[in-house]
Amino acid sequence: MAYTVNGNTVEHDEEGYLTDLNEWSEDIALEIAKAQNLEMNEERWEVVNFLRNYYDEYQVAPAIRVLTKALAKTMGPEKGNNKYLYELFPYGPAKQACMIAGLPKPTGCV
Amino acid sequence: MSQVKKFLYVNRKAPYGTIYALESLEVVLIGAAFDQDVSLAFIDDGVFQLAKGQDTKGLGVKNFSPTYRALGDYGVTKLYVEKEALAERGLSEDDLMPVTYEDENDGFAEKPSLIFVDRAEMARVMAEQDVILSF
Repeated sequence: MAYTVNGNTVEHDEEGYLTDLNEWSEDIALEIAKAQNLEMNEERWEVVNFLRNYYDEYQVAPAIRVLTKALAKTMGPEKGNNKYLYELFPYGPAKQACMIAGLPKPTGCV
Repeated sequence: MSQVKKFLYVNRKAPYGTIYALESLEVVLIGAAFDQDVSLAFIDDGVFQLAKGQDTKGLGVKNFSPTYRALGDYGVTKLYVEKEALAERGLSEDDLMPVTYEDENDGFAEKPSLIFVDRAEMARVMAEQDVILSF
């Protein structure tokens, strides 16, 4: 299974997570979002970029509880809460946003 | 809510020769969601898991050592390191990477998570636990 972006194919697993996170690009993110029926906007990019930075620093995708706490701290309580994040990513922020960010499925995310 | 229990994850193997260290870390990250009182112990070769400057390029496996620094975000702030285990391997406290957490009850002040204890103190830490998981 693969996404096709600008004529290139990028492998993903049965759920849609990229097989090789080094193949990620913003164009691929747009393609994954489309497959999830989500349109990328500034707010969604903000979360996706936050996740990428977190992964880059800690080599782990944060659990949802950790994500909301960290967002609340850096971007304020109006963004660091479950309601805001679920509005952006209805099938679960940790799951969907991580997928769009090209990260592995978060540890402990069922 | 049910009573909070004291969990200690004991890490005693080098990070990359076996899967134990990574598995332990993953269990800790998953278990952290259950709001228990979680500590980690590093004894024997387990102290190598916290060594500074790990580079796994030649091994072809992921360097997961930066993830120990995320433990604070998960509320895991007590990493006990046995002094004798370090000394027996020619290591000092300076050979380990700094691991810190932000204390929410103290204006997010950054505090060290590594607690260096001798063997007798480690035994006391273990005696205080409700659950001990050894990796």
